[in-house]
Amino acid sequence: MKTSELMFPGLQCVQLASRDAEITGGYTSDLLSDVMAHLKEGDALITIQAHKNTIAVASLTGASAVILCHGRTASPDMLEVAAKENIAVFVSSGSQYETTCALVEALRR
Amino acid sequence: MNSTPRFAEDISLRIQELAGNLKIRDVMTRKVFAVTRTCTMRDVQAIMKSNAISGVPVVDDRHVIGLVSVNTIMNAYEQGWMQDPVAKHMTTGVRTLGEEQPLSFAMSAFSKFPYRRFPVVNQNNELTGMVTPRNINLALIQELSRQLDAIETESGRITPAATSENCIFSRIYRVARYDFETGGTAAAELREQLQARGVAPKIIRRAAVACYELEINIIAHSYGGTLTLYIDRELVRITANDFGPGIPDVDQAMTEGFSTASDWIRSQGFGAGMGLPNTKRLSDEFAIQSGVDMGTMVKSVINLNPQEKLSDENK
Repeated sequence: MKTSELMFPGLQCVQLASRDAEITGGYTSDLLSDVMAHLKEGDALITIQAHKNTIAVASLTGASAVILCHGRTASPDMLEVAAKENIAVFVSSGSQYETTCALVEALRR
Repeated sequence: MNSTPRFAEDISLRIQELAGNLKIRDVMTRKVFAVTRTCTMRDVQAIMKSNAISGVPVVDDRHVIGLVSVNTIMNAYEQGWMQDPVAKHMTTGVRTLGEEQPLSFAMSAFSKFPYRRFPVVNQNNELTGMVTPRNINLALIQELSRQLDAIETESGRITPAATSENCIFSRIYRVARYDFETGGTAAAELREQLQARGVAPKIIRRAAVACYELEINIIAHSYGGTLTLYIDRELVRITANDFGPGIPDVDQAMTEGFSTASDWIRSQGFGAGMGLPNTKRLSDEFAIQSGVDMGTMVKSVINLNPQEKLSDENK
């Protein structure tokens, strides 16, 4: 599934990415070191860490997208870096668990 | 006229880099006048006078047990203790430096403690030398003057001194305490450099993540330091060097899950106690050295030719 096709209730895209990466899975974690150790290329990163370093980590690990949970607002500088790194950012109203379930569901469709 | 601060900044970076590359062993005075505990204060005073030195370590079977400085002698002279054995009046609990430690550790030690000299010991804790600020100045001046030409002809940013002719890319980055904002600058540049050279994505990821972890370590846990990148055809070498506070128990720090991070650092998504173990796992070669109150130096080497490493698939 392409990031442009990602859609589920409570999900909003706040930053588009022209490269439109393929989402092949997901990784849910708020610990960025843990993300760096375990996220597989193509995974969407599901997290509550709404700041610039999240984008840096997503970019280094080859994440397809970043999904912020609990409706957290992405700061303007985070979106700026996301645009530069060409990474799509979404905001989900649900918890990490709910968002993860929704992504699994979306990937199955 | 804005070239002056740039130049000063370059010099300062180069000194930091030099201090990371040189070892205390390379600059220390090896000819050491030491005494045993039964020598008298007057013996020590005679040694100081005839050799023009201002501090004499007291040893017991080559282990440093104390230090006698000019101050100690002056005090003894005043009090009429010149015939006493040195063991009675020497300064005890003397801090020593390890000869294998980077020179930056010694520089941190001089800036943090009021001492003007440190005995240097080997791995068996035996006295092998002495180091004073003079040793450090001489070594740095020597090294810097050798490189002055290079500095003057460089228009852009600074490159490390210790680069071989195979070097493709090298750069030093200053990393400031708690500066999460610019964390990842070196990692991003490393990734770009490797991508431009067509290195396999898996290897790029390993190198960039190792670099990022080391940058974040300096930002989150140290008073600040430098990160040096070196790339040649065979490998990437990342050297992180900071000026303290040092790690009391390196084995503990290498244990996954152990962390001394504050709540604020944790709120940034770091401090999970995975940085060093991650970096080690990603590295083909890994070395860490730390001195409490002096600093920490971490080296990570990643081979660029995967056929040489069978275990790459597991990383």
